[in-house]
Amino acid sequence: MAEIATLSVLPPTAPEDASTAGGGAAGLARFVARRLLRLVGSLLVLVTATFGMIHLLPGNPVRAALGQDATAAVVAARTHQLGLDRTLVDQYFSYLHGVVTGNLGVSIVSSEPVSTILGARIPATLSIALPAFVLVLLVSLPIGLSMALRTRHGRGERTRVAFIGVTGLVNSVPDFVWATLLSAVFVVGLKLLPVAGDAGFTSHILPVVALMLGPAASLSRIVRVEATKVLESEYMQAARSRRLPWRLLYLRHALPNMITASLTFSGMILSGLIAGTVLVENVFAWPGLGTEISQAVVSKDYPLVQGILLILGAMVLAIHLMVDLVLGILDPRSRIGES
Amino acid sequence: MARLRIFVRTPPGVAALVLLVGLLFLVVAAPTIWGAGAANSNVAISNQGPSGAHLLGTDALGRDVLDRVLVATRSSLVLAVLATAVGGAIGVTLGALSAVTGRVGARVLGAAINVLLAFPALLLAIFFAVIFGLGSVASVFAVGASFAPGFARLTQTLAASIAERDYIRAARLLGRGRFHIAWRHMLPNVSEPLMLYGTIHVGTAILTLAGLSFLGLGVQPPAYDWGQLLQVGLSQIYLTPAQALGPAGAIVIAGIACNLAGEVLADALSGRQRVRPLRPVPAAPGSRSGGTGLLEVRDLAIELPAAGGVVRPVREVSFDLQPEERLGIVGESGSGKSMTALAIAQLVGDQGRVRADRLSFAGRDLLAEPAKDNAALLGRNMAMIFQDPGEALNPALKIGTQLREPAQVHLGLDRRAAAVRAAASLRSVAIPDVRRRMRQHQHELSGGMKQRVCIAVGLTGEPKLLIADEPTTALDVSVQRQILRLLVQAGEREQTAVLLISHDIAVVSEVCDRILVMYAGYAVEDAPVEALLRAPAHPYTEVLLAASPDMATERGTPLPTLEGRVPGPEVELSGCYFAPRCTYADERCRSERPPLAPLDATRRVACWHPCNVPAPAATRADEIAASR
Repeated sequence: MAEIATLSVLPPTAPEDASTAGGGAAGLARFVARRLLRLVGSLLVLVTATFGMIHLLPGNPVRAALGQDATAAVVAARTHQLGLDRTLVDQYFSYLHGVVTGNLGVSIVSSEPVSTILGARIPATLSIALPAFVLVLLVSLPIGLSMALRTRHGRGERTRVAFIGVTGLVNSVPDFVWATLLSAVFVVGLKLLPVAGDAGFTSHILPVVALMLGPAASLSRIVRVEATKVLESEYMQAARSRRLPWRLLYLRHALPNMITASLTFSGMILSGLIAGTVLVENVFAWPGLGTEISQAVVSKDYPLVQGILLILGAMVLAIHLMVDLVLGILDPRSRIGES
Repeated sequence: MARLRIFVRTPPGVAALVLLVGLLFLVVAAPTIWGAGAANSNVAISNQGPSGAHLLGTDALGRDVLDRVLVATRSSLVLAVLATAVGGAIGVTLGALSAVTGRVGARVLGAAINVLLAFPALLLAIFFAVIFGLGSVASVFAVGASFAPGFARLTQTLAASIAERDYIRAARLLGRGRFHIAWRHMLPNVSEPLMLYGTIHVGTAILTLAGLSFLGLGVQPPAYDWGQLLQVGLSQIYLTPAQALGPAGAIVIAGIACNLAGEVLADALSGRQRVRPLRPVPAAPGSRSGGTGLLEVRDLAIELPAAGGVVRPVREVSFDLQPEERLGIVGESGSGKSMTALAIAQLVGDQGRVRADRLSFAGRDLLAEPAKDNAALLGRNMAMIFQDPGEALNPALKIGTQLREPAQVHLGLDRRAAAVRAAASLRSVAIPDVRRRMRQHQHELSGGMKQRVCIAVGLTGEPKLLIADEPTTALDVSVQRQILRLLVQAGEREQTAVLLISHDIAVVSEVCDRILVMYAGYAVEDAPVEALLRAPAHPYTEVLLAASPDMATERGTPLPTLEGRVPGPEVELSGCYFAPRCTYADERCRSERPPLAPLDATRRVACWHPCNVPAPAATRADEIAASR
């Protein structure tokens, strides 16, 4: 499933044009500059969307947040305080200015500055997202590569079927259900790990594992497929025709291509981890952005929702940026599409 | 629809079908059967663990958890299907719009879709849930909207892929409006992959909706779906874990059902068939008397595993190649000429089987020795040039690295000396600015230059034999001749024999000393170029020559064509494989296969009725057949 979904959303392949392809350091610099420019564009879309969200709501958001009991005067005062009575253009630019200067407004519910709340919550989310991110790569690359070696050229049919069965099973279970199952076994049943919340190192284990299982399964599948394609490619046949020792054949000729091909598909999977944190945090009552946003949406604390979505969106864009930059350094061909 | 039979034929297909039918049954019947138990509250038995009466226990209001999980199947699945439909409708409309709005509109839409695609569906769903509000209907629209970018991109890609098809062009020429073309001509032709994508996405929709409800942002009480039940159950996990495990199990089962169905569907549509690798044969003792040729091939046959058993792309090929000789192998695609080259280079791989009475290179019997013992000889003295230089050069490595390697590995040169040798061989194929080129990657070179680099890589060892498999087919006509000339020059300068494989007899006759014609895995004629051009002996060679135009060919007279096709590697005939297409074929040709037999001192042919030959000579093949 993951394979079809990823394939169908890839951008149309860029035309191969030998003249525009930037080689060397200058080419890399140009690529990084263009890629950063695109990031700015994406960020602008993100900021505009979170700004527009509050204006697309049916009815008066302040009334909705304060409830029917609030007097008209209180609503008007809060509306003015939030600046929602100014013109749209005026609001947009002051919102943009706020985003740039780190002033994301004030929570309607708690009256605390949104940036303060975010500052308190971001580290907790990163403390499970980053280890999961690293572990997904550390687990799926070796598994996928070794599976490709064992199943190349139609060999190891049983290994292939078992691998596809296991990864398919792991991938069929969504992260929040993994989290539930894991906590039922290790917390409730075996009483091995702490109950919930952030109580030191051991309480990180289950959230990280729940987050990484699905992505690791689908990425190792992608790695296997891409690595198999590399092993069956004509340039590997050509390298074999030169009778290179296996060390050169696999480490120098195959491995870089396997890694870059796999990375090309990994942006979607790794950025999916960010959405995963929202769900997994809610299972473990983790004091991060995920638990905060579900409460904020329910209590209609719109400035806070805006702020959290902005940060989560930025994290997603940062992951894509990172993947693209690593690819750009490893594989000069990947720079061509950036125009 | 025939392809969907995979659902009843394979174990995963049956499993997917059973699960899906079960879920469908619950959607239809569960509320009627278990609705009462799911709604009946009895606070006296609240939050109880599993018991005989309540297999998964009860919830805070004493309602049966199992009943509620079963009943929730309907809301969970129906909402997911609706959300997918909403997402499909919005997405396909957006995607089709880009076919209607012209170039600028399409680019803007494409960029917007790109940005949206970067975000995981759940984040988009939360965003839209804020706008649409909470509850069943709102969550259908929120999840639907979050799926729209994927549908839009797929529609865009598919529309672009058929935009230049003839029927679209014809509609455009007829002056049809853009909307008419998009609606009547484009969408119907891309509907199948869109439906498949949608079907597979129902599974994702189930999980996304469950996630949204689990966060408290989807279905709101008193309505419930699996996600909402899981949220409620999780709060009681220390008291009665079954309350959480019930809905979790339901989500797992639905997820597996959809994933399995998606994979079976994808397998069915890709039509993939598995083949078993062949068991390797021990080197058969044959007549291994050594000759004097650089390359000696005697009765070479290759078997490959296939879906229906074994196929034989090469059936019986014998020839010799002398040092510094240039031999061309000619034949249609499917004649086995490329496989012959791979077998000579020992690159068939261990999934296929290569048999030969003798296959020797530079005096060494390649089949008699273990492959790794041949590596040093083959790496140093044999080089291969492939059809598509863009595919044959490693995209991740610098040109210089690939050039240096053979010299470092096989000639034992250090890095510096190997670089000098690499630069020299790059210069020898007329590539200017060698220092810069060595630092570049293959995608920075033009097609002709890539092929010259491939030749240079072949020359950095000490090749005694260059095997070039259709080296000019993938190139521009304007550079084909250059590459051929380079091959000849390199062969003469380095005193290298050349084995040139091509479907084009004109190309081969320009470059080579001798030609071997192949048909359906057999060598059918082997003759010096002049003799072959002047008086082709095999009827197939005659047709090949007649079908190849030269300067003397009258413009306007149609070139003769050959009806029918080469018998495939799976076909087994008792007679001559060319007989079905041959105008001279008689009963004997169809029942008895002619051996490749000497016609005179320099020519061999496998035919009972060779053309352009004085009658007596024709009987030689008979003599040999009789003596066998």
